[in-house]
Amino acid sequence: MRHGVARFVTGFLALPVALYLFYVVWPFAQAAGYSLTDWGGYSDSQRFVGLDNYVRLLSDELIRKAFWHNVFFLVTVPLFTIALALFLAFLLNVGGREDRAGVRGVFGSALYKVVFFFPQVLSLVVIAVMWQQIYRTDSQGLINGLLIKIGLVDADNPIAFTADPEPFLGIPAVLWWLLLIAVWSGAGFYMVLFSAAMQSIPKDIYEAAILDGAGRFDTFFRVTLPLLRDTISVAWVYLGFIALDMYALVFVMTPSQGGPNHASEIFASVIQFNAFQKGQFGYACAIAVALAIFTILLAAVQLRITRRDRIEF
Amino acid sequence: MSVTPENLGDLSRRTLLQRAAAAGLLAAPAMGLLSACAGSEPEKSDTGGAAKSKDNPFGVKDGSAVKVVIFNGGLGDQWAKEDKVVFSAKHPNITVNMSSTQKIKTEEQPKMATQPSDLVMNSGADSMDRATLINEGAIEPLDDLLTAPAWDGEGTVADSLLPGTVSDGTQNGKFYVVNIAFTVWGNWYNAAKFKQEGWQPPTTWDEFFALAPKIKAKGMAPYVHDAVHGYYPRWALMASIWKSAGKQVVVDIDNLKDGAWKADGVLKALEPWEKLVKDKLLLPGKLDHTQSQQAFLDGKAAFIQVGTWLKNEMAATIPPGFEMTLSDYWSNTGDKAAKDVFAASGEGFVVPSKAPNKEAAKEFLRAILSKAGSAKFAELTKSLASTKGSGDNVQDSALSSANSLMKNGGSELISFKFPDFYADLDKESQNLSEELMAGRLTAQQFVDKMQAAADKVAKDSSIKKQTRTA
Repeated sequence: MRHGVARFVTGFLALPVALYLFYVVWPFAQAAGYSLTDWGGYSDSQRFVGLDNYVRLLSDELIRKAFWHNVFFLVTVPLFTIALALFLAFLLNVGGREDRAGVRGVFGSALYKVVFFFPQVLSLVVIAVMWQQIYRTDSQGLINGLLIKIGLVDADNPIAFTADPEPFLGIPAVLWWLLLIAVWSGAGFYMVLFSAAMQSIPKDIYEAAILDGAGRFDTFFRVTLPLLRDTISVAWVYLGFIALDMYALVFVMTPSQGGPNHASEIFASVIQFNAFQKGQFGYACAIAVALAIFTILLAAVQLRITRRDRIEF
Repeated sequence: MSVTPENLGDLSRRTLLQRAAAAGLLAAPAMGLLSACAGSEPEKSDTGGAAKSKDNPFGVKDGSAVKVVIFNGGLGDQWAKEDKVVFSAKHPNITVNMSSTQKIKTEEQPKMATQPSDLVMNSGADSMDRATLINEGAIEPLDDLLTAPAWDGEGTVADSLLPGTVSDGTQNGKFYVVNIAFTVWGNWYNAAKFKQEGWQPPTTWDEFFALAPKIKAKGMAPYVHDAVHGYYPRWALMASIWKSAGKQVVVDIDNLKDGAWKADGVLKALEPWEKLVKDKLLLPGKLDHTQSQQAFLDGKAAFIQVGTWLKNEMAATIPPGFEMTLSDYWSNTGDKAAKDVFAASGEGFVVPSKAPNKEAAKEFLRAILSKAGSAKFAELTKSLASTKGSGDNVQDSALSSANSLMKNGGSELISFKFPDFYADLDKESQNLSEELMAGRLTAQQFVDKMQAAADKVAKDSSIKKQTRTA
């Protein structure tokens, strides 16, 4: 009988594994292969150049710039998204008045859950196009129009948003404006994720804490946060991937895709430029492979750091 | 130079995802696209070989099919359907499979190494890099098209083209790209408004700076341009440099000659632009092409600089009574080539080297360049075709002002090649043009940074160098 089960399982898995190998793993290997050539992308001739592309990318100024911009997102996107999502989730689940019915969320939390989740339903490109109108750089823009009307912004000098490379706290303004969109669009999903995790925390733990005189601040930092550790660490890894991407926002929203004057250049925009504008597919593949390695290492480190004994409840 | 009325800002969700995927950023599953490019042998074609004659100079075989891909941008694609009618009248037994798209590179590039279309209009923001296509041997030299008889019987195809068309399509001494449209660039204004206010359209910078306060007094901004796509302001800056410093300096710039950007006249050409920004004569805001063009149509700005596709691109929203008129870029006194006009052939067709029916592709090009085909093009798009005389019978203020600008122009047409030659310099010059027009660079800094960027490309041995002769 055991023998039959093994055959049964193999039969089911063979096809998906074959598809996965052919459509996912094989292209990975091909990209790695191309990264060792000088392939231009338009012909079937290519020359093996060894690790030349990798040596070159170490001294590429544009990649260095893109790297630091990705690092900025890597730090800020998870930090702000998780903080905001946690705050919202806490308010929606345990932030309200406590009464005889026990711990509950703030008034109207069912409605807020839908409202905050809404951006998640939209595709990132739709979000980018929508924010283009919000960020429009003259009096017809949503933000500029409003601020000009109430006199906070000079009509002759409207906010330039994603066309503004001037540094704010040492980081080009355009990156902050993109960050705002990323956090806005991401927080809803993680709010729902954290809500689900919070609901699985037994209510009696909260009630015990409240009986012991813990306020909202203490219940959050001493009960909720430690018990959500696993969920947050997973969210951190996901958001790390998103932060290393950011391509759709940069592509749609910034002047010259990575501008103004390279102020919002990221890995993906450098890959796009080298592969599709400069016709250096080999080099672009090398950057992509380097990015993939970086991403995997990062995920491993993140999961390692946040690993801890699990609390069963 | 490619004329690109369609911009990267206009995105459909689907193509963006495709590109996002192509760039390998959805981690790497997307690199699967690369596998689509792996080499394979094209099918043996059985298309040529029919008897060659004056009406069939390439020997296209009856009963064969030709696949034509049209860029459906600011000029639309109706004109191409008219060319199909012209073609089919002479070759009823050849099937023309025509499709149109805005995403040439996204759709055609993956097929170039295996089974490409026969004739591709490589135009728009999403077009394939021309230098790369040529360097990789991916497109066919078309010199035999030039020496073939014209469709309408008089002389050769080359004789029927406007000056500049052949040299615009030539690289490394061979003719690769057949540009079918002729675009004229300059400063547009509304002639009706100028008449009403009694303003004289300026021809020099001094006249413009004298007129500007009067325009401002009417609550209009004197000038607007696309501030999101760097190649828009670059047209204006390069035209000014040519007018001020003369042709040879621009040729030197294209050839990455030592100190070319520091030559006499370059800085002088850019200083009025710096002053334009500093004196706050630009419409506030960083508008893109359609936003800035709409602001111009709405009377928020007196002048806009862009090419002759403007009329067709904005056709739906031109207010009644608006007399869209093209005037030349302004010059300074003492300019070396003040009369030269910035005009170029654009909207280039290429024939992939691995196309199965190259003969029919060339024959179709002959039909596009015919008198009947080009007249239809001018009529439908309000833009000049690169075939001589295409606009002679069209009544339209935009087209006729462009026509007369061409007729009164100097001996040479302004052109610059470095963005086509070098992708790095293309990107850098777009960025720096935006910076200059945003007031974050002075003219002097712009010149210094362009020189540094050109020197960097000149020294980079991984970049294949091009030479401009004419």
